Amino acid sequence: MLESRELTKKFGSKVAVDHVSVRMEPGHVYAMLGPNGSGKTTWMKMAAGLIKPTSGEMLFDGAPVGVDSRRKVAYMSTEPYFYSWMNIRDAGKYYQDFFEDFSMERFLSLLHRMELTENDKIRTLSSGMVAKMKIALTLARDAAVYMLDEPFNGIDLLARDEIRTTILEAAVPEKLLLLSSHLVEEMEAIADQAVFIRSGKLIEVRDLEEMRETDGVSMADRYRAIFGHGEVQA
Amino acid sequence: MEFDAMSPIWLQVVNRIKGAIATGEIGPGEKLPGGRDLAMRFSINPNTAARVYQELERAGLCETRRGMGTYVTTDRERINALRTRMAADAAGRYLRELNNLGMTRADAIRLLNTKEDTDNA
Repeated sequence: MLESRELTKKFGSKVAVDHVSVRMEPGHVYAMLGPNGSGKTTWMKMAAGLIKPTSGEMLFDGAPVGVDSRRKVAYMSTEPYFYSWMNIRDAGKYYQDFFEDFSMERFLSLLHRMELTENDKIRTLSSGMVAKMKIALTLARDAAVYMLDEPFNGIDLLARDEIRTTILEAAVPEKLLLLSSHLVEEMEAIADQAVFIRSGKLIEVRDLEEMRETDGVSMADRYRAIFGHGEVQA
Repeated sequence: MEFDAMSPIWLQVVNRIKGAIATGEIGPGEKLPGGRDLAMRFSINPNTAARVYQELERAGLCETRRGMGTYVTTDRERINALRTRMAADAAGRYLRELNNLGMTRADAIRLLNTKEDTDNA
């Protein structure tokens, strides 16, 4: 469904994504892992069609990512992108104007479940509330691909269960979910595939249950093994 | 439910459900949640949840009726066998632990009897 071939992105002399070839299929929840600056966000932005590759290809259902695919790919970025005068409902309307597949009804139901009030002004919200609102906005779209960049950031321990359940609800066989988070443990049970990226290069893609069965290691263990000591255990 | 992320999650959920069947917490013939509901309840990936039912079916403890859902077996002998096997496993763990503490099998049995006596007193 989503595939990058030798995908490369350079910012000046810095190579953010370096010849990454990876294929992701619907019916899976992928966790994209790597330290800061490893290229996860850049890869996702290319998949969302927000930035263009320097070389290589980013394909959605076999065709290069562009205007058409943008309608089917929902991306939640880490950056704030709302006006301070907006309340939560305004943010929903803003999304509705942008995306045909956005459902206000679904948005409101997600809001209520996460105990957010639609009339609250965005500038009065805590970082955790903004994070929840962003998740609700993204998942209220009826997209084929959902990419959530750091969905657990700013969300306290108790509310993380709620976020996990909300994410799992979106994980149906015909959809592809891609999560990126520093909170690796939060993704252990909800993801089934892990994509490890380091310095812009793809290290490996692992099936998590298979890895637990054959190697007896968790995703967090594997993360430490790959990124912990500066040496890659291939 | 808290998981040990170092061993397969499907297996941990299977064991949890087996335990519930063995203790009667889930009765024979009882309907189990659908795969997606199971995923939500345990906060696990839907593919992991599907694997759970595959495994329970393979073990003959559940059956999926087309379009109806998944049900616990009504075969009481099979449930009894499960209970016996789980009891044997628990006994094995007890013996291993006492063995680690330097106790013989006879010590273990003696201790078990004394324990029971004190508890009954």
